[in-house]
This record gives sequence, C-alpha cells and structure tokens, in this order.
Amino acid sequence: MSFFDYFLATRKNTATVAKERLQIIVAHERGQRGTAKFDYLPLLQQELLEVVRKYVAIQDDQIKINIEKDGSYEVLELNIALSETDKKIQK
Amino acid sequence: MANVIVVTSGKGGVGKTTTSAAFATGLALRGFKTVVIDFDVGLRNLDLVMGCERRVVYDFVNVINGEGNLNQALIRDKRVDDLFILPASQTRDKDALTLEGVERVIQELKQRFDFVICDSPAGIEQGAIMAMYFADEAVVVTNPEVSSVRDSDRIIGILSSKTYRAVHNLEPIKEHLLITRYAAKRVNQGEMMSAEDVQEILAVPLLGVIPESPSVLQASNAGIPVTLDTHSDAGQAYLDVVARFLGEERPQRFIHSKRSFFSRLFGT
Repeated sequence: MSFFDYFLATRKNTATVAKERLQIIVAHERGQRGTAKFDYLPLLQQELLEVVRKYVAIQDDQIKINIEKDGSYEVLELNIALSETDKKIQK
Repeated sequence: MANVIVVTSGKGGVGKTTTSAAFATGLALRGFKTVVIDFDVGLRNLDLVMGCERRVVYDFVNVINGEGNLNQALIRDKRVDDLFILPASQTRDKDALTLEGVERVIQELKQRFDFVICDSPAGIEQGAIMAMYFADEAVVVTNPEVSSVRDSDRIIGILSSKTYRAVHNLEPIKEHLLITRYAAKRVNQGEMMSAEDVQEILAVPLLGVIPESPSVLQASNAGIPVTLDTHSDAGQAYLDVVARFLGEERPQRFIHSKRSFFSRLFGT
C-alpha cells in the first residue's frame, strides 16, 4: 500500500478474491472426494426400495438415505416415510 | 536405494518440464546420479528442453516393449556428469505404458541412480497416473493462479489415493509445493496470490518459489536447463530449491520483491 493509495479510490484486491474463491471451491471438492467411497449409496437406495415395496407400497421419493460424519465415525441414516399409516421407521 | 520423485501439476503449461530439467540438473550438479524420465508419451518435449533432441534413438516405450535396452535409450547429458535422460516415445498409442512395464524400468533405474525424476504429462489421465504411481516424493508445480491451484489440489488428492504407496497403505508420498512464474511485484500490488496464500490453500510444505523470468524462455530456446544459467534469478531459485530438497536451510529470496523508497512512496 503506497502513501498515495490512501487518497485514491480503493481498488479491488483481486488476489484476495482469488484466495477466497479457491478456499470455498477446494473445501467443497475435498468434501466430495471424502464421500467417493460411498458411491454405492444410489444402488443401496434402489435395492432397499425394492425390498420395502414387497411389503408396503411406497414411491421413490419416500425413501431417503444419507451419510453423516460425526467426529471419527460415520452414521448411515435411512428414512422411509410411510404415507398410508403416517408412521415413520427410523434406523 | 534411489528416491523416485514425480514432478506433477494437473494443469498444463505451469512449468513441469522446465522444473524436471532444472531440478534433475541441480541434483546432478550436487554429485547425485540422476535420471529424468519423460512420461509425456506422444508429446515428447523434455529432450528439447534439455537440448538432446537429436540424440534420441530408443525411447521409454521401446525399453518397456523390449525393443531396446536401457543402455541404448538413456542419453547422457554432455554438460553435467551423472545426468541422464530417458526420452518419451512419440507413439500415439495411449496404452503404450503399462504399470508392469513402468515398474520394471523404474526398478532397474533405482539400482543404478540416486534419483529418478518422473516428468508427468498434464491432466489426470493414465500417463499422469503412471508418472506418479511409484513415486516416493512429489513436487507439485503450481502457478499463483486460480485454475492451477485448483488442479494442484486434485492432483494432491490423487497422490494420496491412487498411487502405489496409497494403495498398499505405506507411508504416504512426501509432497513439496513449488510455485513457479511468481511475480513478487504483482503480489505486492494485490494482483497475484502470495506464496503464503497458495501454501495455505493447498496445505503442502513450500519447497520454493521460482520467479517469472525471461531467462526461463531463453534457456529452453537454447536447450539448456535454466539451473545452468547461474546468473539468472530463476537459475538461482532452482539451485536454492535443490539445496532445500537435500535438507539445507536456504532463505526464501524470491517471495518478496525488493522495493526502493520511491517505489514504496509511489506504489509501483
């Protein structure tokens, strides 16, 4: 920063913008990389749906499967909403 | 046992081949028997940067296929003792490199050399994976520019998941960050990310910074590794990098620009 810069309209510091943008995208992409080992999730969801359908009539969007990181361990969360009975099975 | 070092980046045009040539030359100047392998099959260029393009008879793929042996393919540098080049093939067959073939050649080179430098092609395809697969250490070449930094981060991810050491649960590849085409003046003006910024994003120890310098193009024009231009800033910077790699302490001379009283006053 020079003496004269104080009197000029402050120019946008593009290096700072670059750093902030990179920090966001890199963190996001690293997060995705971490979950790459769970790429079986869509298939698991499909098969579970078929099993549940043997007993209950449910739509595709009534089953939700998710993995959450909690410290050193991961939680596999399965949510099936049963519309007729309005009951919720949670595991 | 020899050390296998991959020079990689993800993005093209950031200075992998320049760095491979300069780094290998620097190690050989320090008395280590060093070989540098061009993994860019189909787009061979290390030979040109090192000034031995007219001496290529047999190449890396010939050796893998048993069409020639290592002694026939290795080119001895005429300027520096103990420096050898294994040129890439110009074949367009992208499956010319096999993991078994590459392993066999690297194992043989490890018996004969102190350092095996692998000059990776750009991208994250098979050639780049082959270049890094058997590495013990990696020099990640990055420009202080958004696309280069992002691609380097991807390469760092691949280094820790797709390589021999990663697959076999061995000690991870030791990574080093090398920032090239660095313009300290532009960093001061807030136009370019600083070495500290890039290092913070990638979280890899900084091996050094190579300043943007006309001497790099002049060296490649002439087919001389820039390390041999000891009067140039880039040549000096590579010598520092080699010294640091060998465990010596060297101040980071090229991260901050020298600014005179007047330039501080006028902000130029």
